[in-house]
Amino acid sequence: MSQISEEAIVGRGNKDGASLFRDWFRELTTAAEEDRRAAYVFVMGSLCELLQTFDLPVVFPEINSLQTAVRRVAHEYLNEAEDYGYSPDICGYVKADVATQLRRGELPMGRIPKPAIAVYTNACNTYIKWAEIWERMHGAPTFVIDVPGSRADGAKTWQGDQDFENDRRYVLAQLKELITTLEQLTGRRFDIDRLRETMGHANTMHRGWKRVLELNRSRPSLFNALSDGTIYLGVTNCLKGTAAGARYFDDLVEEMEYKAARGIGTLTDEQYRLIFVGVPCYPIFRRFTELFTESGGTFVNSTYLWFASGGSNLGYQYDLEHPLESLAEGLLVSVRDAMDSMFFQTGVLTDMIDAYQADGIVYHPIKSCRTVSTGLADNRRALMRERDIPSLFIESDMMDRRVVSEAQLKNRIDAFFEGLAARRRQAAISNP
Amino acid sequence: MSDVTVFSEWRDQPLEEILYQCRELAEDMDFPTVRRWREAGGKVLGHFQVYFPEEIAHAGGMLPFKVRGASVEATQADSRFGSYLCSILKTSLELALSGRVELDVFVTHPICDAARNLAAVWGRNVTYPCQILYLPQNANSQHATEYLRGEYDRVKRTVEAITGGSVTDAALRRSVEVFNENRALLRELYAIKRDTPWLVSAEDAYVLTAVGGLIPREEHNDLLRTTLPLIRASDAKQQDRIRVVFEGGFCEQPPLDLIRAIGRSCYVVDDDLLIGLRWILDDVPIDGDPLRNLAEAYLEQSSYSPVQHDLRKPKEKMLLKRIEDSGAQAAIVTAAKMCEPGLEEQVAYTRALDQESVPYFVSEFEENMTSFDHLEIQLETFVENLLFE
Repeated sequence: MSQISEEAIVGRGNKDGASLFRDWFRELTTAAEEDRRAAYVFVMGSLCELLQTFDLPVVFPEINSLQTAVRRVAHEYLNEAEDYGYSPDICGYVKADVATQLRRGELPMGRIPKPAIAVYTNACNTYIKWAEIWERMHGAPTFVIDVPGSRADGAKTWQGDQDFENDRRYVLAQLKELITTLEQLTGRRFDIDRLRETMGHANTMHRGWKRVLELNRSRPSLFNALSDGTIYLGVTNCLKGTAAGARYFDDLVEEMEYKAARGIGTLTDEQYRLIFVGVPCYPIFRRFTELFTESGGTFVNSTYLWFASGGSNLGYQYDLEHPLESLAEGLLVSVRDAMDSMFFQTGVLTDMIDAYQADGIVYHPIKSCRTVSTGLADNRRALMRERDIPSLFIESDMMDRRVVSEAQLKNRIDAFFEGLAARRRQAAISNP
Repeated sequence: MSDVTVFSEWRDQPLEEILYQCRELAEDMDFPTVRRWREAGGKVLGHFQVYFPEEIAHAGGMLPFKVRGASVEATQADSRFGSYLCSILKTSLELALSGRVELDVFVTHPICDAARNLAAVWGRNVTYPCQILYLPQNANSQHATEYLRGEYDRVKRTVEAITGGSVTDAALRRSVEVFNENRALLRELYAIKRDTPWLVSAEDAYVLTAVGGLIPREEHNDLLRTTLPLIRASDAKQQDRIRVVFEGGFCEQPPLDLIRAIGRSCYVVDDDLLIGLRWILDDVPIDGDPLRNLAEAYLEQSSYSPVQHDLRKPKEKMLLKRIEDSGAQAAIVTAAKMCEPGLEEQVAYTRALDQESVPYFVSEFEENMTSFDHLEIQLETFVENLLFE
């Protein structure tokens, strides 16, 4: 490690991540041009490990949709879907994808193939409704892998418990049924050794992702969970189960350890360490982050990096001796964790506050996503009872610029930082 | 506990008075029957829309109470939620926060992205247990019944922990019998709606169904056994109205005044209002493992809704079948405001109806809406167009 120059290693994760993402999308465009079909999947429980053994390109419609927002064309897609009949009050990701399908897969980054199959979990109910749209539009088979979540706050069950075993048997049975469906669809026999290989890569990625998140406890923080973290998240999802993805995470861990050892952070003067709860404001993605960094605030972690990685943050390690059984358990445990970080996140956040020495929490519920947003106001109340920590609650959207008011956001964010500063001054007076 | 009577106002009354008492109860936001049940020492299991295997609570001696929102202002609950949400979530929680309804346990389901948050939100605000019943979303898995049987067993253990008693197979079978009778009576009520809709108004049929979620099923069976023959014997005359199916009431309920307004110009010959109470279409077998029978019935003998995914039941085809089976001439395709599954399904419904040239009327509603003039005029125009086409 000592032989690598700082210039070569610092920022490598962002550069390589963007490059891998472009390559991945280029391959999708090629597949579309060759009229090859893809597996449509979602970030929470993508099952890329299994799908890759059948050489199916994977399309992440959520990621495609958010890219239209980042590239500031989402409104065109939303309008088209609303003209088709979809309500302004439903998920913006769904609508952007409907318009993408109506445009025969055309997106600002290239083109996506049509679906051969849609494979998705129930981690978000909209996944299910969304796949039904493809079923109607393309006649594509859809397969829901139903992953039961925690039944109540703090009521997680584990191996040996009869309820956990009931869930695990259910997930395993569905995986076996999915394999049969994939064999019929592709005309290929399932290759368990290839599954071991992709799961091995996923193990490296899970381990790396967990370590990267842990390393951001450093002071100063090594990456901004909102901006840099989203790039890493993209690789976590799109390249899951690949050698390139595994290598990327080995490199990323190396970069973060390098930065940690040398005290290299994201800001020249990190003033406030923040935790982000919700989904980013993609229509003004860069500006949204700047509204915080300009005041010395950086996001050290977020629930988004947990749930939108499908629970990869847990670092679950598959047992390659028993790949199918382990894939079922890993899917169950990881997706359940993703759901917990959306629904039962009070404990998650108190742990994060302590581990990352956070100065404040920023809640960002959005119009488009009720899965994430429904309980945030109540969670804030609960968290404020548990911890004496400032919080900010700002609503906008991940897709729809009609409900994003930058001026209003700025006012609220500025006031939040004024409060943080006043609190720090007060603490200095009280504890000289 | 089944010997406790919580709704006696209708007894020994003529039909009009019975229906009036049912309307009063359905619209009473202090839920007197639940209060009376508790005052008699009974325990209450509140379950959110759409479907819950009430037999399990019943077999444990609890009152299964259908949490379906309410016509109340969500003064306390509003601050627990974000802005872009359906009303039913807020008003349901309001019932708990305001003390209008006291429960011993609350169960919700992952029917939609909003509702699956309810167990967490509710649980942070009350002292009794709150949990999620994970009804299977992969209804097509060969293992779904086995899984659901295990999930029902977990619910049974929850009931046992709350009541301190044991829920035996014999008790479950007795409860299945009670609910089988209830389902048969509701099917009869809907047969009257379908075959002779002039005998029972849309709102009366609705309240006769809705009170089932508020009282013990034995009492509901008594009510329906008494009332249905009176309805059949009514001398109401057939009028020149179009026959419609009302779709979109599977979760949040339209206000009774809206149902009444629709009933003024249409015969509502079928609907999905409170579909959870009518989810299972046939008798659940009595013999064998009762939990397995209930699980199998949920998956194999059931209706449809936008919040259950089953490849065998494409929703738009099921709606067309409902229209055909009921002899309806048109459909009213509604969705509760901010109801994501309902709004998404509207697109599939209207496209299928267009394809089959079935006339339809599209609207949105909210349980707390109070003005219907505009909607009623639009609906009347729609109906007139059909009548004078």
